[in-house]
Amino acid sequence: MCGIFGVMDRRRQMMDGSGIRQALSMMNERGSGEGAGYVAYGIYPEYRDCYALHVFFDRACESRAAVDATLEQWGVIEHDEAIPTCDQPGLRVNCTPWRYFFKPDASLAPGSASPEKDIVTDLVMQINASANGAEVVSSGKNVGIFKASGWPEDVADYYRIEDYEGYIWLAHNRYATASPELWGKPDPFNLHDWSVVENGKITTYGANRRYIESFGYNCSTGTDSEVITYLIDLLVRRHGLDIDLAVRALAPPYWEEIDRMPEAEQRLNRALRFAYGSATMNGPFTIVAANPEMMVGFTDRGKLRPMVVGECGDRLYIASEEAAIRAMEPGIESITRPGAGTPVIGRVAP
Amino acid sequence: MNSNIGSMPLRYRITIDREQCMECGRCVENCSYGVFRWDGDRILINSRNCTACHRCLAYCPRDAIMLEEHPCDYRSHPVWSRQVRESIYNQARTGKIILAGMGSVADLPIIFDHLMLDACQVTTPPTDPLREPVELRTYLGKKPSKLEIVRKPDGDIELSTKLTPNLMLETPIMLGHMSYGAISLNAQLAMARAAKETGTYMGTGEGGLHTDLYPYQDRMIVQIASGRFGVNVDYLERGAAIELKLGQGAKPGIGGHLPGEKVSAHVSRTRMIPEGSDAISPAPHHDVYGIEDLPQLVNSVKEATGWKKPVFAKIAAVNNNAENVAAIARSGVDAVAIDGFRGGTGAAPRVFRDHVGIPIEVAIATADKELRKQGLRNEVSLIACGSIRESADVAKAIALGADAVYIGTAALVAMGCRVCGNCYQGVCSWGIATQRPNLVARLDPDVASKQVANLIHAWTLEITELMGAAGINSIESLRGNRDRLRGYMLDEGLLAILDVKSVGA
Repeated sequence: MCGIFGVMDRRRQMMDGSGIRQALSMMNERGSGEGAGYVAYGIYPEYRDCYALHVFFDRACESRAAVDATLEQWGVIEHDEAIPTCDQPGLRVNCTPWRYFFKPDASLAPGSASPEKDIVTDLVMQINASANGAEVVSSGKNVGIFKASGWPEDVADYYRIEDYEGYIWLAHNRYATASPELWGKPDPFNLHDWSVVENGKITTYGANRRYIESFGYNCSTGTDSEVITYLIDLLVRRHGLDIDLAVRALAPPYWEEIDRMPEAEQRLNRALRFAYGSATMNGPFTIVAANPEMMVGFTDRGKLRPMVVGECGDRLYIASEEAAIRAMEPGIESITRPGAGTPVIGRVAP
Repeated sequence: MNSNIGSMPLRYRITIDREQCMECGRCVENCSYGVFRWDGDRILINSRNCTACHRCLAYCPRDAIMLEEHPCDYRSHPVWSRQVRESIYNQARTGKIILAGMGSVADLPIIFDHLMLDACQVTTPPTDPLREPVELRTYLGKKPSKLEIVRKPDGDIELSTKLTPNLMLETPIMLGHMSYGAISLNAQLAMARAAKETGTYMGTGEGGLHTDLYPYQDRMIVQIASGRFGVNVDYLERGAAIELKLGQGAKPGIGGHLPGEKVSAHVSRTRMIPEGSDAISPAPHHDVYGIEDLPQLVNSVKEATGWKKPVFAKIAAVNNNAENVAAIARSGVDAVAIDGFRGGTGAAPRVFRDHVGIPIEVAIATADKELRKQGLRNEVSLIACGSIRESADVAKAIALGADAVYIGTAALVAMGCRVCGNCYQGVCSWGIATQRPNLVARLDPDVASKQVANLIHAWTLEITELMGAAGINSIESLRGNRDRLRGYMLDEGLLAILDVKSVGA
């Protein structure tokens, strides 16, 4: 049982991290104080053209040297620095959070439709798979993940989350089941554009991993959200599916429902299940995912985990609990609980 | 010249408890192997003819008959086993290849029995199939790897990818190919009715399609084997799908063998061969001498039937199985049936049956892995066959990567077969593997079809429960989900090949 939270401002109005901290800590009953994390979009306007790589170093010196060398082969490091932190009594620090602002050399991925993202994807896989004591935890433009093992308040204060301003925030309050000491493993997970928080545990990890790895993704953390992020990246970026169809491929309608659809719709839904049977996710989950343009929430098709949606002005909220939304927006205008199989998609105004 | 070997120790000894026996004579009537006969008002026994088919035991109203296996054995020896010695006596006497029926009797470990399935506890809840849907519906055939979708100006979305024909199964269990000739018409009728009732399909085998099966043709997968028995365009058009039999697990590398004793007038007509003649199909298809010939055969079959039916290929599981499957996946074939080394047969040389091939568990795992590696997994469905004995085997085969399974022996057992292994003799007392009218009449297709349908239904329920317990509500989420299997007492090498972790990991 974990608690997840997402908020998006449709007109890109910035929100600092203090409200998100408050919302996430409202769900401490769903966590165990062994993991919390925040993602924010829009936090690095001065480096908006660079890929911001948030990296955890086991050994600040050796691990950093290895990452520096790899990145320099593939592009230019515009700037790098330690992520500002402030020690908290309740937090046992076991790595050094660092950030790079990196410009990949597109000419090194000739023929690719999205050369920069291909290079960043490969680099993330390469660094995370090798035993260099470095782990890339986020790698998108103008986005960053801040996570650690501890209660949401401690993690937020450690990273001084209130100093960041973003127009989309995702957050995750973890109930640990494995490796509580690891900072990199728990949610949120990010790969360039996409970030994911999950409440639940998919029963199809093995099938989904086998599927996604056949497209060259390398699952190094063994977590659900890693596989989910890669699946969304594959379906949306590489296969060109719209997000609503991608969600339908991941959590498809039952055959019985498909049988009752009009002919053309039947064909489309059957084709989605045919093509993406191995990507179908089963077991209890609520997922909130975001990229710079949108935030999307969806559940498993039996809806075994909660998902509450709130709307207030330009703000869209998706959370495990209504209390979390109200903690951030006491005057919330609408609260709904969409049924199983109904994704919630919010898009930022262009 | 006679041999000096003399008779061998009895394999089975039949005794009658004379106090229990009421001399009704049912054993005399039922035994088709000539064990019992009347001598005046006394029943005499010739145990040497017994095959342990159990027909007499099953129909004795007083449980008066007792069967003992190996009542008198050879001097025990770890190397020179009974079977080894008897094969030598047999071959010393005849100079011939030894024929055997049914699947391998080699006493080798069964991998399925060393694979354990997973279930959910508290971090994820199990699904309760009584209250929530669990989908077993399976589609066999090519699937697109990627979809082309057009968003029209009015906002509607349209699929421009064309789907090729798939077979829709309500359960991932199909009835495998057992030909008319190898088994009786009543046995085929029973299975055809069961397939219809349970929403699945059955294979015709290589013996053509008897006219009595036409009413069930939309549930039949018609087979083309290397002998091309019974094949013409009418036959192909009748089937729901067409299967090219390139190999068989019980006898990899050799063709089929139907002893002439089983080629009755009807069998002769259906197969289009002379009555009483042995039907020996060649080892290769004489128009497939290399992989590049296969697409031509596939395309010609598809062309002949208007591209409306999926075409399957069946191969035996051998060392380079993954390579074979990947090659077939490029040929236009829609599904590959892989037959493991324990697969059944009506008649096969014993040396092949017991010594050639690899286990189905390994063959499916390596095929699935190779297809994924080469990006070909959606090009073909995989059907596992050869020794699927129970619902757990089905679930495990699917978790290893199969889309569906064929069952053969299990379906025969559901009709009464006792796995005595004498199918090639053609006098099956249960009316299954025989063409003698008096014996065939013993198998009532209505009764037998109910039993086969019951079996499929029961297994389907068990698979549904197993999936629910694992928190999985659609069969495609079990497929290739090796994470939900654990190996118990399997060696490291085999675990790596199966890509399954050890229990506890």
